[in-house]
Amino acid sequence: MLRALDGISFDVRQGEFFGIVGRNGSGKSTLLKLLASIYRADAGTIRMAGRLAPFIELGVGFNPDLTARENVLLNGVMMGLTPRETRARLDAVVEFAELDEFVELKLKNYSSGMLIRLAFSVMLQADADVLLIDEVLAVGDAAFQQKCADAFHDLKAGGKTIVLVTHEMTTVEEYCDRAMLIDDGSIQHIGDPAAVGRHYLQLNFERGSPEDHEATREGSDEVRLLGAWIEDADGARLTNVEHGTKLRLRVELEAMRDLPGLGVGFSIANADGIAVFDSGITVSRGDGSTELAAGERIAVSAEVENLLNPGRYFVHCGVNRAQGAGVALYVNSATDFVVFGGGPHSGIVSLPHEIEATVESGESR
Amino acid sequence: MSDRVRAVGPLREVHGPSAVGGGARRFFDLLWLLSVTEFKRTYFGTVLGYVWSLIRPLMLFGVLLFVFTKVFKIGSELPNYPVLLLLGIVLFTLFSEATQNAVTSVVSQEGVVRKTQFPRLVIPLATVLTSSFNFCLNLIVVFVFILAWGVDPTWTWLLFPFAVLALFVFTCAVSTMLSVLYVRFRDVAIIWVVLSQVLFYATPVLYPIELLEDPRIEQLLMVNPIAVIFEQVRVWILAEPAAPTAAAAAGGALHLLPAVAVYVGVCAFSVWIFNRDAPRIAEDL
Repeated sequence: MLRALDGISFDVRQGEFFGIVGRNGSGKSTLLKLLASIYRADAGTIRMAGRLAPFIELGVGFNPDLTARENVLLNGVMMGLTPRETRARLDAVVEFAELDEFVELKLKNYSSGMLIRLAFSVMLQADADVLLIDEVLAVGDAAFQQKCADAFHDLKAGGKTIVLVTHEMTTVEEYCDRAMLIDDGSIQHIGDPAAVGRHYLQLNFERGSPEDHEATREGSDEVRLLGAWIEDADGARLTNVEHGTKLRLRVELEAMRDLPGLGVGFSIANADGIAVFDSGITVSRGDGSTELAAGERIAVSAEVENLLNPGRYFVHCGVNRAQGAGVALYVNSATDFVVFGGGPHSGIVSLPHEIEATVESGESR
Repeated sequence: MSDRVRAVGPLREVHGPSAVGGGARRFFDLLWLLSVTEFKRTYFGTVLGYVWSLIRPLMLFGVLLFVFTKVFKIGSELPNYPVLLLLGIVLFTLFSEATQNAVTSVVSQEGVVRKTQFPRLVIPLATVLTSSFNFCLNLIVVFVFILAWGVDPTWTWLLFPFAVLALFVFTCAVSTMLSVLYVRFRDVAIIWVVLSQVLFYATPVLYPIELLEDPRIEQLLMVNPIAVIFEQVRVWILAEPAAPTAAAAAGGALHLLPAVAVYVGVCAFSVWIFNRDAPRIAEDL
């Protein structure tokens, strides 16, 4: 039998916004389903105070053949309201969702954005004490998102407890008071969202060598990061880089003891955490030897054609031991920079390209 | 933060999913709402609306009446045959329609089962309740027909609701059992189509029971709880002197015990299996 969760023990206080983070298959959704009484735990106890909104996904139970009014009624009752209470809140629900004109429309004629807005609105109006949410914060357009953000703050102020499951670190850092990282069904880290975020990114980085967690802390007993920065051709440090110029990255490290060898790598990720590019090199001397003595310093310089579109970028640095013996050091956001300039292209990068259009006479048709 | 926050109550243990989880009030609210919306959806979505719920059994009635009075001549020997036939069809439609719809109900509501804490028992029961709404409408037509046929009301008509209640409870039990078995054994759907046909013929709907003439077969038939209910309905509604009561058909009141045992057994098994499987339905789906 698969053991999806093991030794998970944590407290969430009333009024807290608590994040649960983990990679796919880490057990975070199973945990949420246990909290929501959708699954039954084989062992252990869960205790909860107050009324729970027993939904882990928005819009569940919506029937496309029914009108919004009927669906709101059904959904409200599923949330634990009485039919009378739900009817009383119907106006507030459709008003928040900005769907006043569409109350009598069957849901099959709704767009997906409208559906989510309606579902989100029902959840807010259901007035549950505890809300469980599985990655739904990014709903609707920017204006509606702002409205949702405000609503969440109101919920928090009103003493509501929210448990959010996501793999979107930015959401966790933006909303959560505390967070928990789970991996392989057990708690990796619990506490400050920023710290959990760092652990999570590390976890993603070291996917190839997950056996060694000790060495991935910033500054291990093997190697220490002295600095990482972007510089111009004269060696002056930069924080802004123009699109289309050369991007010069410099990383300096110090060996803390005698080592058989090291590989140094970096990756550039955009503000959404998407890795754009990575590269690395095995450290060797002019004579080809790779051994390093304690106290020796290593400088790695990379020169990258800056095809990145304007935006903020982060540089993560990693140091591997020789012969694939795992990660010796990982530093999340060792440095960051902003790209400006460039053409009017969307996307992450502007790739060198040629494009042409021709018009041919239509005589052949 | 905590000084502004009002405590929402004591910590209670979360027991996980169950057949009726989430409180009795929510259970009945959901059951009622689900049944009513499903009923409305079925009949408001069609051109003739509620009329369809009447036409289906009436069509069957017309065809069978023709076959069994003009072709096989069974019916023409019995004065009240059309009344008996219509009553039987409408009663059996409640059972067959509800159970047939219930088989796939839990699986087709996969979304709510896997994504919300939904009292599982509501789902099969809602299909029974929806069919019961149809049944009530049909019943109006049946009684108009019975009176028009010239059957005089007697005090035993007052017993009819008890027979309906017995049938309703049995239908709920069978529906619940089938819906949860179907989650793990998809063959149930096919088996049940055949089995409900068998049950239809093992119930004195098309033929009056005394026509069998062999008391052993009559006794065998009276093991079927639905047959017992139908026979009693016939006695209570039509008040025919020739019609044997269920006890008489079984060969004595004691011989009704097997039917009672089947009835209670099915109900008990249904409760047991649903309770056992309800917490795991979301995982088995």
